[in-house]
Amino acid sequence: MSTNDWPLWEIFIRGAHGLSHRHVGSLHAPDAEMAIKNARDVYTRRKEGVSIWAIESSAIAASSPEDKGSLYDPADDKVYRHPTFFDIPDEVGAM
Amino acid sequence: MYAQMVKSTGTGVKSLDEMEPQERAFQERINAGDKIEPKDWMPEGYRKNLIRQIGQHAHSEIVGQLPEGNWITRAPTLERKAILLAKVQDEAGHGLYLYCAAETLGVSRDELTEMLLDGRMKYSSIFNYPTLTWADMGAVGWLVDGAAIMNQVPLQRTSYGPYARAMVRICKEESFHQRQGFDIMMTMAKGTDAQKHMAQDAFNRFWGPSLMMFGPSDENSVHSAQSMAWKIKMNSNDELRQKFVDQTVPQAEYLGLTVPDENLKWNEEKGGYDFSQPDWDEFFDVLRGNGPETTERMEARNKAWDDGAWVRDGMMAHAAKKKAMKVAAE
Repeated sequence: MSTNDWPLWEIFIRGAHGLSHRHVGSLHAPDAEMAIKNARDVYTRRKEGVSIWAIESSAIAASSPEDKGSLYDPADDKVYRHPTFFDIPDEVGAM
Repeated sequence: MYAQMVKSTGTGVKSLDEMEPQERAFQERINAGDKIEPKDWMPEGYRKNLIRQIGQHAHSEIVGQLPEGNWITRAPTLERKAILLAKVQDEAGHGLYLYCAAETLGVSRDELTEMLLDGRMKYSSIFNYPTLTWADMGAVGWLVDGAAIMNQVPLQRTSYGPYARAMVRICKEESFHQRQGFDIMMTMAKGTDAQKHMAQDAFNRFWGPSLMMFGPSDENSVHSAQSMAWKIKMNSNDELRQKFVDQTVPQAEYLGLTVPDENLKWNEEKGGYDFSQPDWDEFFDVLRGNGPETTERMEARNKAWDDGAWVRDGMMAHAAKKKAMKVAAE
């Protein structure tokens, strides 16, 4: 049996022109070229995309779940960043 | 169902008060409908159970290609052949989505494959039955994929994020599978007497094994109770089996086929059909490795893995050589 595991790749697909690439899943492939070929077969059998990105999973840096508080809580008390914070009188019209 | 007999490691479901704080917080997240993601803390039992369940499910998709692959070269028309080819390719894709979901739990795809090949892991009992005639392609799509959908639709809401997302993709594709099977059955049921006979014969052979796909009654099983508390199992086996029968009987009537069960009767009070249990002795015998096609299936998988070894190794060697050349050029 082979112990020569193919590396894992993360696959991103652009669903249609004008949209950004979205993560759709992962797969194994020996290199980038094969990762894209395999992604075509695994993730776009029904015309799900017009463009594929593949990146080795080990090259991705990710925040950890424990960081959730320190990363996102500071935004909690800054509701003024949303336009709905401000009341604009009806007579002013659309803004 | 594709994971019929997943034994959990726990001894029963603990109440929130009996849990350590970390486990309690985890269970409370699940109760609140939160999704658990790969890097989140999880109890070891949850991880192990999921690996078994997702692994068994993935293996079923892969082995499930064999009974249908058997008919690709003998499909009656070019269109049927193209459709069957697309369906079998989908099953390979479903296996891959599921292996990827399992890998996020810290097991590699090659490890899972090795466990399938040496018999440490199981796949669904249904794929140990032979596909004897073209009508079996109809019966498999209609009944086997129909039963699979019954189980997979609720699993889209399962607590483990990667598993739930794989299920969403699979369910989207699966309804094509069931419809193409029913389409074959419709054509045969409207055909000559010989074709009608083939359709009925396929139905007779696949009805019992399809009911077995949901696994034996688990109303009193501690394993099931734990899986349901963790939301990696959403309904009891009996509940899903009943739903499957209630859905399938009217479809069989439409086809003009007879359900091979003398005890099948509408029960007004429960709003569903009464029906006979499948042969559970046969089921356990198949799980023990004595299914009519078990040896052939495992031989085919082992042969594919062994024959493909030089390709896998060769492609890795090629990738390494290219990488080295690129480094040398820089």
